[in-house]
Amino acid sequence: MTLRRFTILLYLVFLVMPLYWLVNLSFKTTFEITTTMTILPQSPTLRNYAFIFTNPQWFGGLLFSIGYVVLNTIISISVALPAAYAFSRYRFLGDKHLFFWLLSNRMAPAAIFALPYFNLYSAVGLFDTMWAVALAHCIFNVPLAVWILEGFMSGVPREIDETAFLDGYSLPSFFVRVFVPLIASGIGVAAFFCFMFSWVELLLARTLTNNRAIPAIMTQAISATGIDWGLLAAAGVLTSIPGALVIWFVRNHIARGFALGRV
Amino acid sequence: MQKPIDNRAWFLVAPVFCLVAFNAMLPLMTVVNYSVQDTFGNNQFFWNGVQWYAELLNPGSEFGGRFYAALGRSFAFSGVILAIEVPLGLMVALSMPKRGAKLAICLILMALPLLLPWNVVGIIWQLYARDNIGLFGWTVNAVGIPFNYTNSAIASWVVVVLMDVWHWTSLIALLCYAGLRSIPDAYYQAAKIDGASRWLVFLRIEFPKLQRVLTIGILLRFMDSFMIYTEPFVVTGGGPGNYTTFLSIDLVKIALGQFDLGKAGAMSIVYTLITLSLCWIFYTAITTRDNQEIAQ
Repeated sequence: MTLRRFTILLYLVFLVMPLYWLVNLSFKTTFEITTTMTILPQSPTLRNYAFIFTNPQWFGGLLFSIGYVVLNTIISISVALPAAYAFSRYRFLGDKHLFFWLLSNRMAPAAIFALPYFNLYSAVGLFDTMWAVALAHCIFNVPLAVWILEGFMSGVPREIDETAFLDGYSLPSFFVRVFVPLIASGIGVAAFFCFMFSWVELLLARTLTNNRAIPAIMTQAISATGIDWGLLAAAGVLTSIPGALVIWFVRNHIARGFALGRV
Repeated sequence: MQKPIDNRAWFLVAPVFCLVAFNAMLPLMTVVNYSVQDTFGNNQFFWNGVQWYAELLNPGSEFGGRFYAALGRSFAFSGVILAIEVPLGLMVALSMPKRGAKLAICLILMALPLLLPWNVVGIIWQLYARDNIGLFGWTVNAVGIPFNYTNSAIASWVVVVLMDVWHWTSLIALLCYAGLRSIPDAYYQAAKIDGASRWLVFLRIEFPKLQRVLTIGILLRFMDSFMIYTEPFVVTGGGPGNYTTFLSIDLVKIALGQFDLGKAGAMSIVYTLITLSLCWIFYTAITTRDNQEIAQ
């Protein structure tokens, strides 16, 4: 028992230390960072945060990022729902190959697509818009959403569908009124994963815009003024907050989310 | 029970198919197009046949040597992080508290690194591991081990691997934890009555239940680590020298840095084929197990 407690404690310390250091540095001036090594800031300053908040680009970047993440989650879930239903309920021509092909796109390295995506989205006139990033992120989020939702749907007995059809439901009305509420938690889990992977991805988000995604703005504004470690740390803290907020909201469902369905 | 055959299901799949095809097929065709051509700039392209592929796959040429070196580093990286993260994640999952506030704290802290933008993960580790300003780098140096990841190959690998372990072990742990929760208490009670040791409980009850989530965890971790780009790029930029230049970093260097579209195209295609065949193996492993379970 003590060994278990020791293991988990050690692991949590390992997880927290880099985060603690980030927060610590964000309250120091660059002079203090480079000259002394202290566990707590000697003269805590909000200068780094003030600098970021007075930069007008910053707020726009945050809205832009949240915009494409939400857009991507909505698109991914709404196209994945019917497809996952088809995969879980029917066999059809080429279903297994199609499923693998979808998954293989989840596995395709974003680095390969960076340049062609730039060409493609410039050609269709979407370059530097939310839509470009939202659509591009679909390449790894749609397959993931299909995979997760298919797992959840397979857990719902098929008798429910058949009973509903006997009761006179059409497929669309059955789907919206009966089936979707049944797998609501699955949709939540899929949406969480879509949000997560779209929020953390940067290579495509940066290639498809003129550095308008929030993580890109932060790092770019900073490298322009030379390396200002305190500022970099403050930017890191601020970009971590949305993720932390999401976790706070789903804290009671994290374990359940991982337990149900496939992932 | 067998699923009914109905080809009308294609209508339900069509939106996904169109969306992913738009994102996957068109760019892939562009890449194939680049890979068989050469350019001297000004948007003028010349047919180059399979020249780039021949050069890429020939370890003797400069390009081929570079490719094989990066490929080797990518495989080594994926191997190392899987060898650390899978046992560690399993251990953490087995040690997690069962309920209450402690569990909630564990879950929140563990999920946090997963929700950080990848370049922020890089920034965090840059600040944490530097020898002059980072707590980790400074401490290691203070203990008397010279540690500077900007000029030592070993130190740079330590940082990149530790960073990935920090970032992703929680995913394996959370998956395993979910798997463990699905084991009914009755199994443990039966084991207790039989007087089974802790090790036997793990081997006979817990491990078989975890095989499925572990396969998924390994699949996800392999895929993501094999195409890792942002985090090591932010921390080491592929250096010192080329020691941490993984396949995707090298690819971006060639494509966007040198604008060598032909070489980058050929490399992309081979890279994709490698990932695809490896994933086919994993995928077959998962589905075969599923079918066996259904058959039972």
